[in-house]
Amino acid sequence: MDCNCFESPWPADELLMKYQYISDFFIALAYFSIPLELIYFVKKSAVFPYRWVLVQFGAFIVLCGATHLINLWTFNMHTRTVAVVMTTAKGLTAAVSCATALMLVHIIPDLLSVKTRELFLKNKAAELDREMGLIRTQEETGRHVRMLTHEIRSTLDRHTILKTTLVELGRTLGLEECAIWMPARTGLELNLAYTLHQQNPVGLSVPIQLPVINQVFNTSRAVKISPSSPVARLRSSGPHMLGEVVAVRVPLLHLSNFHIHDWPELSTKRYALMVLMLPSDSARQWHVHELELVEVVADQVAVALSHAAILEESMRARDLLMQQNVALDLARREAETAVHARNDFLAVMNHEMRTPIHAIIALSSLLQETELSPEQRLMVETILKSSNLLATLINDVLDLSRLEDGSLQLEIGTFNLHSLFREVLNLIKPIAAVKKLYVTLILSPDLIEYAVGDEKRLMQVLLNVVGNAIKFTKEGGVTVSAFVAKFESLRDPRAPDFCPTHSDNHFYLRVEVKDTGSGINPQEIPKLFMKFVQSQPLATKNSGGSGLGLAICKRFVNLMEGHIWIESDGLGRGSTVIFIVKLGIPARLNESNLPFLHKGPGNQIELNFSGLKVVVMDDNSVGRMVTKGLLVHLGCDVLAVSSGDECVRAVSYEHKVVFLDVSMAAVDSFEVAVRMREKFSKRSDRPFIVALTGNTDRMIKENCRRVGMDGVILKPVSVDKMRRVLSDLLEHGYLVESQ
Amino acid sequence: MEGNQLPCQASYMRNALFNQGYLDDQFLQLEDLQDEANPHFVEEVVKLFYSDSARLIRNIELTLENTPSDFEKLDNIMHQYKGSSSSIGAKKVKKECTQFQEYCEVENIDGCLRTFQEVKQEHASLKRKLENYFQLVREAR
Repeated sequence: MDCNCFESPWPADELLMKYQYISDFFIALAYFSIPLELIYFVKKSAVFPYRWVLVQFGAFIVLCGATHLINLWTFNMHTRTVAVVMTTAKGLTAAVSCATALMLVHIIPDLLSVKTRELFLKNKAAELDREMGLIRTQEETGRHVRMLTHEIRSTLDRHTILKTTLVELGRTLGLEECAIWMPARTGLELNLAYTLHQQNPVGLSVPIQLPVINQVFNTSRAVKISPSSPVARLRSSGPHMLGEVVAVRVPLLHLSNFHIHDWPELSTKRYALMVLMLPSDSARQWHVHELELVEVVADQVAVALSHAAILEESMRARDLLMQQNVALDLARREAETAVHARNDFLAVMNHEMRTPIHAIIALSSLLQETELSPEQRLMVETILKSSNLLATLINDVLDLSRLEDGSLQLEIGTFNLHSLFREVLNLIKPIAAVKKLYVTLILSPDLIEYAVGDEKRLMQVLLNVVGNAIKFTKEGGVTVSAFVAKFESLRDPRAPDFCPTHSDNHFYLRVEVKDTGSGINPQEIPKLFMKFVQSQPLATKNSGGSGLGLAICKRFVNLMEGHIWIESDGLGRGSTVIFIVKLGIPARLNESNLPFLHKGPGNQIELNFSGLKVVVMDDNSVGRMVTKGLLVHLGCDVLAVSSGDECVRAVSYEHKVVFLDVSMAAVDSFEVAVRMREKFSKRSDRPFIVALTGNTDRMIKENCRRVGMDGVILKPVSVDKMRRVLSDLLEHGYLVESQ
Repeated sequence: MEGNQLPCQASYMRNALFNQGYLDDQFLQLEDLQDEANPHFVEEVVKLFYSDSARLIRNIELTLENTPSDFEKLDNIMHQYKGSSSSIGAKKVKKECTQFQEYCEVENIDGCLRTFQEVKQEHASLKRKLENYFQLVREAR
């Protein structure tokens, strides 16, 4: 601008000029006040990083304002100073503006990016806030679940578990109502079992096949259901507007399907239904975390319930066992009492029954001896036979009960096996002859003659078996064979508890009784050995017998560590009874051909004569030497004398036996005997006096007896004879047979 | 030693003695009495018998010479001799003795004398045989 001012038409342009004047003024005002404001606010804020930019900007604005202000004076005529000031101002303004412009090129992108960063950070902060909220709710949920679980699992009582669940859930989630529906025993319905706020739920039930229920049961998640579905309608009254309802399944353990390893997916098909209702008056919705909480709780409840169920079951089992124990104990005591009672009864009855029977038998026998008419005789015979049978029956019954008790002992002794068989057959032959049956005995050649065992019982068994064979045979006969059983053939699969043992002083006797009789149905065979059982049909009329015979035989055979069984090819084809018993081998076989004169407890085959002091009187030196040698051989301490005087002098109380040869001519042995008797007044001091004679004259024996001799022995005397004599003397005090 | 443990010759002789009737079961009994404590019992008994019987025979001879009619005495002595011979089982000898005693009872002196000869004969022959037998036994040991 230069000073050449235009001559402007004033009146029309004066208004315009005035407006320009005013505008410029306001511009200047604004230009001055904006920096002031800026400075003020910059001063206020502490963090603004671009202060000096603002200062620059402010300067720019101030100068621009100044320029415009100075412009006011340039409308009219103005002095040079104003022009200079104007120019200066403009120049400064130009400089600052350019500087500012240049500066802004650098600054503005920064400022813009600040903005974007701010936005970014805000977004991030919002996101973090959200996540924080989520975590917090989860943690909250977790805490609730833990607390709930703790509460639920702190008890093993089913009701407490469920009640606690409801209470805690209600509290945690702020529920209005909470309920559990349990399946009925029939499995077709759900019954309302527990509710939160109602004390005693009325017996509501819904059928289990509702679609909504199926929907809930088919998933393990909590499902939102409609508030109007039957499971959600808990209160019979009212038009309540219910809040949102969620239902979840609770798997129940079915006890009979409980397997430790496939819990719980496979076997459990039963579920309970838990229904949760939000309060109706709040507009709350079910949140996901709340649903998750519900699912977790449902699982925990299921576990707790299963534990409770197992505990209940084991308590029940234990109670049952205790009851059974008590019952068993009682039964045992009763059984013992019964056994005692039976034993007492048998003992008494045995005696009571035998006495009259014996009286009957004895008196009937006596009666038989008297004069009787034929009819009377027949009657008496019948009485005798019947009472004998009765006596046998009583004995059998007693035997059997003693056998069962195990109180029967075998009477072991040495006996002649061969003669036992012959005796049995002799007893049977008459009966067999009447029925025109043959009886054959086959004894194996390696069967030893003497055996050690219970002779009486073995004979009983044999008699019974052979008797049965005869009884049930109408034609043909019976064959009895006996032999020594080979060890390998002893094990019988039919008798698993028959364990034959192998030993040197025992052998197993096997007896087979084969008959050509009516045979036995193979199915009946096991029953035969049971007592009191008679096989059907009983064709023969004298197939009497108590049915105890075979049972007793079996018991005896078992006592003899043996085994008895029957083989039969069928009805009409005969049968074979086979039994094996264990017998002992007598110790000294060369003593086995001695007939035993008397039965005592334990037949002593050999007495110990060692040191036995005896005296031998014989005037014949040879005879004296022989007799002395004989006695020395038996172990005696022998004093040999040749005269009667010497004998009487030498005999003392130490000598147990004095042998006097009575065939001496010079000495009267009888006188010697008398003198010896006089010498010893007491019977116990006196030795036995035995006469040795070669003379079989009966007179000698008489004389010997008259003078009080204890026995007579006929010469020649063998070792065995002398041994027997000595044992007879020492055992019995006299010679049973004087030989 | 048991009879059946003797070597062949001795046991053959023993069996012959039994079979020919010279010895009877009493000899077996004597053999039974022979054990470890008395290993030569039989031989000792036989020896004693022979010494004893020699005396007895001598007595009978004397009696027969001096008092042949004293049958009682003869009977007594013979009784003793019979006892001894039966103690060792001399069968034939014993038979003759019994015969002698029978004659004594009927007081038949001739019979006695005759039998006495038999007795002496049997006695001698048995003695011989037994001596041989024991010789063999001794050799076999």
